Amino acid sequence: MNIPFQVNARRRIGHAVRMPKKRVNRSAWGTFSLFALLTLFGAFMILPLVYAINNAFKPLDEIFIFPPTLFVRHPTLNNFVDLFNLLGNSWVPFSRYIFNTVFITGAGIIGHVIFASAAAYPLAKHHFPGKKVLFTIVVLSLMFTPAVTAMPNYMIMSWLGLIDTYWAVIIPAFAYSLGLYLMKQFMEQIPDVLLEAAKIDGASEYRIFWTIVMPNVKPAWLTLIILLFQILWGSDGNGFIYSEQLKSLHFAAGQVVAGGIARSGAAAAVALILMSVPITLFVFSQSRIIETMATSGMKD
Amino acid sequence: MQNWWSLKWHEIRANKHSYFLMAPYMILFAVFTVLPVLVSIVLSFTYFNMLEFPKFIGWQNYTRLFLEDDVFLIALKNTLLFAVITGPISYIACFVFAWIINELSPKLRAVMTLVFYAPSISGNVYFIWLMIFSGDRYGIMNGLLLRFGFILEPILWLKTEGYIMPIIILVQLWLSLGTGFLAFIAGLQTVDGTLYEAGAVDGIKNRWQELWYITLPSMRPQLMFGAVIQITTAFAVADVSIALAGFPSVNYAAETIVTHLIDFGTTRFEMGYASAIATVLFLIMVASNLIVQKLLRKVGE
Repeated sequence: MNIPFQVNARRRIGHAVRMPKKRVNRSAWGTFSLFALLTLFGAFMILPLVYAINNAFKPLDEIFIFPPTLFVRHPTLNNFVDLFNLLGNSWVPFSRYIFNTVFITGAGIIGHVIFASAAAYPLAKHHFPGKKVLFTIVVLSLMFTPAVTAMPNYMIMSWLGLIDTYWAVIIPAFAYSLGLYLMKQFMEQIPDVLLEAAKIDGASEYRIFWTIVMPNVKPAWLTLIILLFQILWGSDGNGFIYSEQLKSLHFAAGQVVAGGIARSGAAAAVALILMSVPITLFVFSQSRIIETMATSGMKD
Repeated sequence: MQNWWSLKWHEIRANKHSYFLMAPYMILFAVFTVLPVLVSIVLSFTYFNMLEFPKFIGWQNYTRLFLEDDVFLIALKNTLLFAVITGPISYIACFVFAWIINELSPKLRAVMTLVFYAPSISGNVYFIWLMIFSGDRYGIMNGLLLRFGFILEPILWLKTEGYIMPIIILVQLWLSLGTGFLAFIAGLQTVDGTLYEAGAVDGIKNRWQELWYITLPSMRPQLMFGAVIQITTAFAVADVSIALAGFPSVNYAAETIVTHLIDFGTTRFEMGYASAIATVLFLIMVASNLIVQKLLRKVGE
């Protein structure tokens, strides 16, 4: 018999989840060594981040204490104050960098979710000439690294007059291939009868897409949002954006870090600010993201 | 033949809504992904400096690349070394950790997922490692080694040829438990639980057999997906190299194909040559993807 919690969990993630339960064929020694492994490598993964968090709260003399310490002894917010003073005095105000990053990230994500969903719907649910070829090309493009296309991309951007505008970063993000791929796989789970019923009631394809398909793929939106957020949040428009007032937070952070020893405190504060946003976002959306990837039944 | 075309045309017209829905995405995709790859391949056979019209020079860029450019050979060696080490290790690590985490209780599972995924999601914060491997005695690594008496003088980690590659590989591994890792966690949750019970009846003795005969084959799609992602990242190392070792690095010790590409593309404006580098990288990636996918089809047999 299931306890209520399990019932809920099952319903939430659908048929896909297998509740962890005691299985046969387990040796205690094997379990112990696996968990030792997990702890050891977990520490390797998390310690640099712990160090970064602690550093952000260290007073300057503690950053340069010998021997260096991992944990802060006398936490202070001075580094953040320094950072804001430093950036407040810079030619471009700090708020401008924040606005740039938020705008690029926001616009890129909204456009990507809408465009990728609109393209994923026919690929998942309709049959038409060229469908296989188009999807194969998209899957193949998962294998490119942006570096391969960086040079011609620059030329195309300059022909289109997008150099030194936000759009040089935003527009390519609309057509990022991983999002379309995940969305298409997720949409295949939507029952056909639902769409048939709407069609019989006289709804157009566009209406079906907007009022039936889109609300049904909300969990997948979240996955797309997180994936794209990571990319855009970390982007500095390197190579496309030259105007100082259009540059991103990440670029500003690089400037601070490049400032050397006198800026060490502020650099630590910047590191903390930069990493805390995407991590927080992931904490709140984790279960939905994994759910999407689980139910999207990726196929080869 | 006339008939076939009119039939197709009819089909296309009947599905015009599908094409309309796909148009915005596909047009942008073509302009910013497909077209650049094609342009790159075409340009790789030309001399092009961004000022004059490209001049066709045949295979000259490629022969220069492999026969005359010593730095490219270093870059090629470094990239292959990266890929061969970080690719498989991070792929296996992604799977092993996802597999162990999957057996934890839901709350603990969420925490451990975050612990392993956090570095790759935290957005270019690998400059933390600059502080850890800082060349003076205040860097964490030097500090520890000095304190315990392993060394007497601080080591210039990122300026000494022998240390650069191992450090970048370490940082790259730290960063590499990303989308593939999440896909594996998700994949493990889709494995049908009754298969394990059936397996136990059929004489599966331990968890390793369970892994090979049941778990891995059940999540083959995620394994494929993870492989594509890992291979692509393993071959594209550049940001970490530039951030940690500088550009160019000491004696090109951290030069990779991508940093070489950036060098010729953005510093020297030899676009034809840079395109040849990009094309070589592209071919290497596709080839290794095909090989790995072939191997993965054998899993659990």
